Amino acid sequence: MKLSEDTKTPHSPTEVPNEWFNWKEKDKEAAEAVSRPSLSYWKDAWKRLVKNKLAMLGLVFLILLTFMAIFGPFFSPYEVNRQDLPNQYQPPSLEHWFGTDSAGRDVFTRTWYGARISLFVGLMAALIDVSIGIIYGGISGYKGGRADNIMMRIIEILYGLPYLLVVILLLVVLGPSLSTIIIALTVTGWVGMARIVRGQVLQIKNYEFVLASKSFGTKSSRIIRKNLLPNTMGPIIVQMTLTVPSAIFAEAFLSFIGLGIQAPFASWGVMANDSLGAILSGNWWTLFFPAFFISFTMFAFNVLGDGLQDALDPKLRK
Amino acid sequence: MLRYLLKRLLIMVVTLWIIITLTFVLMVSIPGSPFNSEKSSNEIVQANLERHYNLDEPYYVQYLLYIKSIVTFDFGPSIKQPNQSVNDLLARGFPISFELGIVTIIVAVFSGIILGILAALKHNGFIDYLMMGIAVLGISIPNFILATLLIQQLAVKFSIFPVATWSSPAHMVLPVLALATGPMAIIARLTRSTMLEVLTQDYIKMAKAKGLSPWKITIKHALRNALMPVVTIMGTLLAGILTGTFVIEQIFAIPGMGKYFVESINQRDYPVIMGTTVFYSAFLIFMLFLVDIAYGILDPRIKVHKEGE
Repeated sequence: MKLSEDTKTPHSPTEVPNEWFNWKEKDKEAAEAVSRPSLSYWKDAWKRLVKNKLAMLGLVFLILLTFMAIFGPFFSPYEVNRQDLPNQYQPPSLEHWFGTDSAGRDVFTRTWYGARISLFVGLMAALIDVSIGIIYGGISGYKGGRADNIMMRIIEILYGLPYLLVVILLLVVLGPSLSTIIIALTVTGWVGMARIVRGQVLQIKNYEFVLASKSFGTKSSRIIRKNLLPNTMGPIIVQMTLTVPSAIFAEAFLSFIGLGIQAPFASWGVMANDSLGAILSGNWWTLFFPAFFISFTMFAFNVLGDGLQDALDPKLRK
Repeated sequence: MLRYLLKRLLIMVVTLWIIITLTFVLMVSIPGSPFNSEKSSNEIVQANLERHYNLDEPYYVQYLLYIKSIVTFDFGPSIKQPNQSVNDLLARGFPISFELGIVTIIVAVFSGIILGILAALKHNGFIDYLMMGIAVLGISIPNFILATLLIQQLAVKFSIFPVATWSSPAHMVLPVLALATGPMAIIARLTRSTMLEVLTQDYIKMAKAKGLSPWKITIKHALRNALMPVVTIMGTLLAGILTGTFVIEQIFAIPGMGKYFVESINQRDYPVIMGTTVFYSAFLIFMLFLVDIAYGILDPRIKVHKEGE
């Protein structure tokens, strides 16, 4: 009220006549004009990801690999486990594109079956890590206070446990199989994800839009789902792309110490382990193909993860 | 600082206790008696064996005995290799594995930091791309594949280095190379990115304005600050190198602890598996504790903060 009264008594000197002033119409069009097309967060991130050549190379490789993991075996006339002893150690040829191994099995077919197993282990481990991590980290970060304190102490202790040793211990008792390997990899694997989610939630929950939502009386579960999680998606996705290769590596590592996927399944790690001796006698292809695909898959996930990290970080937006 | 130390110490003890309890629970939950597979055992022999190893006691007594034996550093006998105790295996294998680990860490840290600095100083230059190419490869290629490649190329094809075993410095080259490349690549990438960040800071400009030599700026002002993240990930790298020794020792036939560990896994020699796991975990957890302390000393903010919660 006081303010509007003040404006009625102008402070301007009286000798300036009002006619000197022209009312300038607002240029409505200029005010409403959009200088560049509006981009959602995801579209913007995608645009920046596409510009990153290395990350795109990784993405294309992974798409092709997934395609071949699903359909690859159909391109081959050979059964994955059919032994053909007279034809052992055939070098790559038109008949056997990637050669044959010590039991005369077709390496091309086995490579794609191996891709199925390795990708499945990696993706499942990442998915389970994410699910547990989001729930645990979300609750811990959102509740805060005492609950957060206790939950974080638990995480700190679990984080101190040597990851692969615990995995080895569990597999020794549970016995190695596809499901037990995934379980063993995720028993303590989710901790990293939970830490990231908690950190993000802790930061975001103090923002105004969350406060506004709270003041409307929104339930906690809805706030976590609708406000907090979408805003933590970036770091979660990045962490996921980095979890997959580490799970693939862990699985290959486990086959090396005799705790890998058991026959008749063949993962890349099992194939590489089986052919360690063969490479010394010159049958390089039995090791080369699984080794190449393990390495290139890890490379692809790593560069894609790095690219996503840059693309999803709003601070780096130009 | 004292509070920080005490807290870390407490966490270390709890973590160790969890590992010990976990190994105990797993040992108990393995179906059947550990002596079932022995040919000569009849009922009475088996009962005597079980009494000898206190397996006839209730679980809580066994648990307390187990904790007691571990605290007194007695991991019991191997059940697959007669007249061998787990302690014997540790005493024989640990010095070799430790040597391999230490050399690997030294090589990885120094070469990683040097590569990282070079890449940062020549940002977007040829050296930068070359270094980062090496780093990405180093991270992507698993150590056991690298090991096989090295054996095939440098040992078998060109016979520059011996293929396997552990007796002279020349024998060390290939295993260390295979084991150190991954950690080196991670350190190089980390050093590069933090160096790039640090080099744009005002105090570096200040140092330049004072007319300090580039050498002095890099070493005294930039590097010290760029190394903090490297200290942070040392714990993870140590764990990676430790588990890496399992396969590397296996591939290069190095008679270290890792080789015994993998053998015990393949033979399902449970006391050795459990004993070695506890030993490895204790070693690693203690190392993490040391890294934490080093971090607390190096980073002045931890002292000022009341350990941010």
